[in-house]
Amino acid sequence: MIDTTTPPTAGPKTRGSGRRIYRPNTRHIPVLATLALLIVMYSVGVYNYDGFGDTQVILNVFVDNAFLLVVAVGMTFVILTGGIDLSVGAVIALTTTVAATLLAAGWPPGVVLPLVLLIGTVIGLGMGSIIHFFKVEPFIATLAGMFLARGLSLLINRNSIPITDDFWTRMAQMRFRFDQGVFISLNVVIALIVVLIAALVLAWTRFGRNVYAIGGNADSALLMGLPVGRTRIAVYTLSGFCASLGGVLYSFYTSSGYSLHGQGLELDAIAAVVIGGVLLTGGSGYVLGTLLGVLVLGLIQTIITFQGDLNSWWTRIVVGILLFAFIVLQRLVTRKAR
Amino acid sequence: MTNLIRHRLFWPIAVLVVLLASNLVFSDNFFTITLQDGHLYGSLIDVLRRSAPLVLVALGMTLVIATGGIDLSVGSVMAISGALACLLIGDLSNPDSTTKVLLVVGAAIVLCLVFGLWNGFLVAVLGIQPIIATLILMVAGRGVAQLITGGQILNVHSSPYRVIGAGYFLSVPVSFLIAAAAVALTVALTRRTALGLLLESVGGSPTASRLAGIRARRITIMVYVFAAAFAGVAGLIYSSDVSSADSNAAGNLIELNAILAVVLGGTALTGGRFSIAGSVLGAVIITTLDITAVSVGVPVETTLLFKAVVVIILCLAQSATFRAKVFGRFAAKRTVTA
Repeated sequence: MIDTTTPPTAGPKTRGSGRRIYRPNTRHIPVLATLALLIVMYSVGVYNYDGFGDTQVILNVFVDNAFLLVVAVGMTFVILTGGIDLSVGAVIALTTTVAATLLAAGWPPGVVLPLVLLIGTVIGLGMGSIIHFFKVEPFIATLAGMFLARGLSLLINRNSIPITDDFWTRMAQMRFRFDQGVFISLNVVIALIVVLIAALVLAWTRFGRNVYAIGGNADSALLMGLPVGRTRIAVYTLSGFCASLGGVLYSFYTSSGYSLHGQGLELDAIAAVVIGGVLLTGGSGYVLGTLLGVLVLGLIQTIITFQGDLNSWWTRIVVGILLFAFIVLQRLVTRKAR
Repeated sequence: MTNLIRHRLFWPIAVLVVLLASNLVFSDNFFTITLQDGHLYGSLIDVLRRSAPLVLVALGMTLVIATGGIDLSVGSVMAISGALACLLIGDLSNPDSTTKVLLVVGAAIVLCLVFGLWNGFLVAVLGIQPIIATLILMVAGRGVAQLITGGQILNVHSSPYRVIGAGYFLSVPVSFLIAAAAVALTVALTRRTALGLLLESVGGSPTASRLAGIRARRITIMVYVFAAAFAGVAGLIYSSDVSSADSNAAGNLIELNAILAVVLGGTALTGGRFSIAGSVLGAVIITTLDITAVSVGVPVETTLLFKAVVVIILCLAQSATFRAKVFGRFAAKRTVTA
């Protein structure tokens, strides 16, 4: 559904010529490459390991990575504008810690849930404002946000806090069953809804087109009269919201709040977005690609678990190699497009 | 007086003095330095000794940032160099042989040089954004380090190796001497030769400097090699100090602290100018902050909050837009009255 629309051109040269008919296709190459990789990885898994072909194996990839998917969707918006958000992992930690602390203190979940979502959103809003109004580099502003969120959650509680609240437990245990032993959790449903909304927003709303335009060239976007400042702040706010929603899903998933949750998660989210074919310089990419990127990361872990004799550190090495391959692919594609 | 305040090292020095003075309030003998067993002892010596790795990493980071780049992989490189050194020393038949330990140290540093070349190749030859290019090694590097150590914490017992991080020469800590030598070398190379000027010109505009006849590509590769080499030495100091290689703890978050140190020292992230003295001061400030937190009795993690505030204030102070918005009005009035 997203593939049918072509985002505004990213490159500086937009003058028309007959050969540009091929251009929409070069834009899809990274996403198609990710899809091909995913299919190859899955086939290798099914061919090599018993029980890999179970539907539930694929569904478990979703169940285990739902929070990452939500965070990566927020990151996609930020990277599409050419920025970066390092604070997402820390915001997850803050969200789970605050939620667990307040629930333990007897606050009603109906108050806690909106409150923690608001905290993440406000942090995102703050970072976006600093980036836009004071022209501070996104890297540094979100680094400060990361220190702030992580520091706050450590200040609240340095230990892991269990969540025993009724509502939270019910949400955590809610399952949507399709068949005997084939199910997804509530987290997956929420994550997929987020992906769907994000894809629609990017493809068909004015805000979505502005995001692409700013990533393509912020100066031209400004000259065209697009609300660059508003969009940029909105993108970081959205990422903050997605991070705190990811934090809520994470607290469903682990039933605990801990100030060290989500360490290094920002790297996973960035890696998923890049592997999903979003151009790091901004202006090109799809939420669907990010979904594929998260699935690739999840499938790597699944294969390594199935292999059994490989240790978890291979995950990092393989992710690094894939990152390298996709970044080089991006370079080749953008070079050709010019 | 105004000249003194205007000096770009004034604020870093002021912060350091305030930090040290506040230590005096909480611990009486903070400034006492005693001579025990021919070693200098005291909190101040401790500050010097413990800031050595960060000073080294910040030095390399300063050069990279001067060319407008950034190196996120320094923490991973630290972990790799410590891991390789500990692995090789563990295999030695006689771990107390000085020449063999020196060979091992050399091998570890050579490996780091290779990683530096890799980063430089990605940035200068393939033209990938520095944040992303070094992100690859940051993600994969810890995996490589764990691969070297087999996922375990390697403990070594080698008296020559221990000298690097915990030894004393002429009653001064060896790690401090190494850091001081590195600072002296860098200052000599950048301020006594044309190298510093070339670095700043590449940071100002790579294209313009290439057109002016500067081999921008070669200089860019060189700064990443420098950064990796310094990170490697820092990794050796760290692992020697604790007599083990811990792939997860070594250099954890040091890239962010190093960037913070560089920014604290007044080097702008946009590149084009740098201050080595400032970065060294910044690194000492951060270490002092951690030590102060311990002596005051607050959890070390709360320094993250302080760092967040410092980063935000510094970035706002460096942002021309912010100064224009906040101080512009006063400045205008002053010119009117004068």
